[in-house]
Amino acid sequence: MLNSYTETSLHYDPDRCINCGRCTQVCPHAVFEHGPDRVELAHPAACMECGACALNCPVKAIIVQSGVGCAWAMIRAALRGKDMDSECSCGGDDDTCCG
Amino acid sequence: MATDQQKRCSCSPDPGAPSNGWCATSRPTGEIRTAPRTVTPADRLDHLLARLGWKRSGHRVEPGLYRLGTPTAGSDVFASANYTLSFDALRSALAGIDAWILVLDTHGINVWCAAGKGTFGTDELVRRITAADLARVVSHRRIIVPQLGAPGVSAQEVARQSGFAVEFGPVRARDLPRYLKDHTATMAMRKVEFPVVDRLILAPVELVAALPLFLVAIALWFLAGPMAAGAAVATILAGTVLFPVLLPFIPTRDFSTKGFILGGIVALPFVYAFATNAALPVWARGLSALTVFLFMTAVVSYLALNFTGSTTFTSRTGVKREIFRYVPLLAVMAGAGLVGGIALGVSRLFGVL
Ligand code: SF4
Ligand code: SF4
Repeated sequence: MLNSYTETSLHYDPDRCINCGRCTQVCPHAVFEHGPDRVELAHPAACMECGACALNCPVKAIIVQSGVGCAWAMIRAALRGKDMDSECSCGGDDDTCCG
Repeated sequence: MATDQQKRCSCSPDPGAPSNGWCATSRPTGEIRTAPRTVTPADRLDHLLARLGWKRSGHRVEPGLYRLGTPTAGSDVFASANYTLSFDALRSALAGIDAWILVLDTHGINVWCAAGKGTFGTDELVRRITAADLARVVSHRRIIVPQLGAPGVSAQEVARQSGFAVEFGPVRARDLPRYLKDHTATMAMRKVEFPVVDRLILAPVELVAALPLFLVAIALWFLAGPMAAGAAVATILAGTVLFPVLLPFIPTRDFSTKGFILGGIVALPFVYAFATNAALPVWARGLSALTVFLFMTAVVSYLALNFTGSTTFTSRTGVKREIFRYVPLLAVMAGAGLVGGIALGVSRLFGVL
């Protein structure tokens, strides 16, 4: 309870990994750690779903539903009856999410 | 899928799409500009205005290739965003180093946010490499991209399309001199933190965004007296300044519950003041105390939830779960508070109080 961040959409298929180490370079939260033959999913709950690892994995061993966790944009989408997942707050003048 | 990123965002640079001016991608040119070494007082003023949220997208650098110092064909190339804060952080970090800077058109948005939107991305990077004729300017085939650009930049795609190998540099530009020694980043250089300075820096923008709420406070002053106005101001400050600063110290992981706790604490003196207001009959004391509590906790909680978009560690899945879990409850609380407030107002109007 009181923790909505225990699960994410990050999915890692260790059998595909060729141990290139890219994901450990791009991840801002050290979710992956180096291992002898392949990287290990060390801290899955720390993932913020930025998508950097999946985009840079050369063998598609990682899949993640990436997106910005902007509550305001998602609530606005929900109120307008739009799909929360396809809504992207686009840095216009009234964007309150990121600067 | 991460590769769908560019499609998902209505503002991604799509040369074929009709541009509405704001999203227009400026035409790439082959000219090389010179980036000044020093950050001037005028630059600093611009940074301050950017921090305050003044003209959100107005702090831009012309996209294209820049010369920093006197780079040669063997000098490193650094990619940056056309947001003055990103660009200036890079050129200050590279003090004393001769280098090339390739500025992408991110519509004046910083690297991290632009990468999330896909504007700091594979396509734009390849387009700028080609437009600047980079393969002729330098003899090597490497480009150093800030790590926070990785959610938008696929290294293998850039290599395939442009022949340039992407090297992801450290998260913070100030770590570049150390990184450049052997082109490897330590674990600490790869991790995004969210220190108090960074959290505080966001407060002005949040506060400016909340300005209309101060009108509510003024209206309350006339309608319900200075105490209610004070409660409104305290609520806004708690949600926009106090919350970001105290973020890691408030218990629970969920932002809404953190906000509820903070709102409850900030509400305490007001609840006490209303509950012990001798000028009111007992029922009105209870009702006003309850009203102020419901309102303050619900609003701070909501502002806290909205702060997720500004943090560097909340996943979309988690935020969505928070929304489903708490927003209906918050709406009910605020609704109940509203009913209480109206009941009090009506009683006052008819002279019951
Ligand atoms: S999606 Fe981002 S935060 Fe999550 S594991 Fe991949 S790189 Fe790390
Ligand atoms: S990027 Fe892909 S292949 Fe490379 S180490 Fe990570 S999971 Fe393995």
